[in-house]
Amino acid sequence: MFRIIAEPIDPPALKAELLDPHAGACVTFEGWVRNHNEGKPVQALDYEAYTQLAEAEGERILAEARARFAVQTIVCLHRVGTLQSGDLAVWTGVSAAHRGSAFDACRYVIDEVKARVPIWKKEHYTDGASEWINCATRTTDPKSPTI
Amino acid sequence: MMQLHLQYFALLREQRGLREETVETTATTPEALYAELRARHAFSLPGDSIRAAVNGNFVPADTGLKPGDTIVFIPPVAGG
Repeated sequence: MFRIIAEPIDPPALKAELLDPHAGACVTFEGWVRNHNEGKPVQALDYEAYTQLAEAEGERILAEARARFAVQTIVCLHRVGTLQSGDLAVWTGVSAAHRGSAFDACRYVIDEVKARVPIWKKEHYTDGASEWINCATRTTDPKSPTI
Repeated sequence: MMQLHLQYFALLREQRGLREETVETTATTPEALYAELRARHAFSLPGDSIRAAVNGNFVPADTGLKPGDTIVFIPPVAGG
């Protein structure tokens, strides 16, 4: 399951969705809002998504991870809206029979989500300035060519 | 001339000052349409940093557009 949500993420509820009698491992990743970026103090972040395509692309990433790694269940949620320093922005969890594939799949999912899913963030700095962050596009990705 | 629907997100939404609009255009591909819109609205992002989606799916820049299509230009993403 991949979802874009506007409400706070609830890790214990999500972890319950990973429970599986075949699983001997559970790896989760939490992405938090940092209070600084590239030397500038960050007050808050606005996350925005093209939800229809973000959820479709997110589900494609989970399907790729299930095909590549021996896993039981994968869940990933990304929050949108205004978040403060310390807030949870993205949560990924994987259950698997063994830890190796759980770690690998979790890493694959969060890396691909950051690179491909249409989610944007605007940083608001403590000096009142703000800026859209445009650093993650891989212009050479054949699956998503640029104009 | 063909009528197309546009939705804007993030930096493009701010620079256009709109979330969506309907346009009449002679552009027949996302590449040509972005060039036209960029010239009209002074979008700062060059085409080679933008991806295109038509009717909810990523498409190549030279995909043929049809009347009534909904186009979204995707600025560099920054989730996580």
